[in-house]
Amino acid sequence: MSLNIEEIRAMFPVLHQEVNGKPLIYFDNAATTQKPQSVLDSLTGYYEKDNSNIHRGAHTLADRATRYYEETREGVKNFINANESAEVIFTKGTTESINLVASSYGRKFITKGDEIIISTLEHHSNIVPWQMLCEEKEATLKIIPINDRGEILLEEFENLLSDKTKFVSIVHVSNALGTINPVKKIIKKAHQVGAMVLLDGAQSTNHLDIDVQDLDCDFLAFSAHKLYGPTGLGILYGKRSLLEIMPPYQGGGEMIKEVTFAKTTYNEIPFKFEAGTPNIADVIAFQKALDFISFIGKSNIKKHEDELLDHANEAFGQIKGFVPVGTAAEKVSVVSFNINGMHPFDVGVMLDANGIAVRTGHHCTQPLMQRLGLEGTVRASFSVYNTKSEIDQMALSLAKIAKIKNK
Amino acid sequence: MSSIQDIQNEIIEEFEILGEDKESTIYYIMELGGQLPKFPEEERVDENIIKGCQSKVWLATRENGDKIQYLADSNTDITKGLISLLIRVLSGRTPQEILKADLDFIDKIGMGNIIGSQRSNGLSAMIKQMKLYALAYQAKQNV
Ligand SMILES: Cc1ncc(COP(=O)(O)O)c(C=O)c1O
Repeated sequence: MSLNIEEIRAMFPVLHQEVNGKPLIYFDNAATTQKPQSVLDSLTGYYEKDNSNIHRGAHTLADRATRYYEETREGVKNFINANESAEVIFTKGTTESINLVASSYGRKFITKGDEIIISTLEHHSNIVPWQMLCEEKEATLKIIPINDRGEILLEEFENLLSDKTKFVSIVHVSNALGTINPVKKIIKKAHQVGAMVLLDGAQSTNHLDIDVQDLDCDFLAFSAHKLYGPTGLGILYGKRSLLEIMPPYQGGGEMIKEVTFAKTTYNEIPFKFEAGTPNIADVIAFQKALDFISFIGKSNIKKHEDELLDHANEAFGQIKGFVPVGTAAEKVSVVSFNINGMHPFDVGVMLDANGIAVRTGHHCTQPLMQRLGLEGTVRASFSVYNTKSEIDQMALSLAKIAKIKNK
Repeated sequence: MSSIQDIQNEIIEEFEILGEDKESTIYYIMELGGQLPKFPEEERVDENIIKGCQSKVWLATRENGDKIQYLADSNTDITKGLISLLIRVLSGRTPQEILKADLDFIDKIGMGNIIGSQRSNGLSAMIKQMKLYALAYQAKQNV
């Protein structure tokens, strides 16, 4: 099937506007994707028709809201092929999901002298929680190195593994470079020494087919807003056997079974980890985003995005002064680059003047930038609603900008 | 020598001529940055970096009788252009003039819109630092 991109674009109201007098070209999808009309309608529809607090009401609205809320949990379960929906926990985002695991699992099971492994490619949100844990527990954080193309060195990873390794937390797809990591191999190797593995799926869940049972990851963290869904909503998948032995992350309503002043017993999973009134509207609307993805088909999305990536590499590659950053063999539709002699900031501002939205800077991956010897990059990231002609337009603007310093 | 207000008015007029087109405005700002006098290498130290700027900005001063001379640099051309405007307005003035200056040209030329809110914060940090230098210099003069 070849996608009708114009039809898809018509589902995204935000795309149809001018920015600085030019038609908007939105290439900042790795930061957050736009939302289809169905998601927006669901958000307003919830507040117009169904708004009520879930799980405890004895009235019709509460029942309806609860049902929709739990339907999304089932939808997410199917989306990642979890064994059961109780393994799906709603959080604020990837960041909170990772913090939950570091705080709950980490505090209970990591002890002095243990080792935790992450990689050079990590987003700050998959670095800092582990640093905090290591500091508290006097454990050691080990870092898997990369090569100059932005690929993880698997042999180096194997060298880091030992019986001291208790946890491996690794980004599935790099947000700064687009590298797809060989996570299945990593998970297998980690399990051989008895370590648990968390996948940061913030950038993979929207591009790749995800099957947590096939991957055999112990945890998966991702964000709805990078998946055509609302902001402020994330998912933590965890294997039941682990979630059950983990202590609660926060205390409050929803997460309890019974409270007396003497003792509180905790609710079952997933509710044990969802203290307080959750983000009901956004959870419900997220199902519409998942429906959108399955309507288009992940493999169709991937195919279109791969074509865009190839097209961009070719179009941008001809520009004098264009320096690609991150040239891994396996990549998603992200082009990170610099223009010789120019600061990424300046390139970004000039592209914006042309109506083109890209991200500039360190992309919350400062250690990676240090490894690459860069202050930052310009990053264009493509989604299903982007077109080759938008890329051509960006190539034209970029050529003009690059010329300032590359005559 | 023309007053701080005269120079601000000059800048406002220059930007009016450029009109609404953001791209040409940015090119102009970058061009101004290119004309900034070379920053002395010995001043390129951490103590001279202005905090609050997303891009790196260095600011140093020279005393010239009762006047302050500002020297500055940045690693991005657009920021350099913005700095050059501030220097054009404030450099070579007495601390009293600098402290009194109401820099309304920044709003009038629509800087917030041109550079975005994050950089506007950086610009405010830069102005604050320039005024702090003036304050320190004034205090020194008074003893
Ligand atoms: C790889 C990666 N991890 C984690 C995050 C954090 O996601 P959130 O800000 O939604 O919590 C991001 C978002 O940019 C990301 O790209």
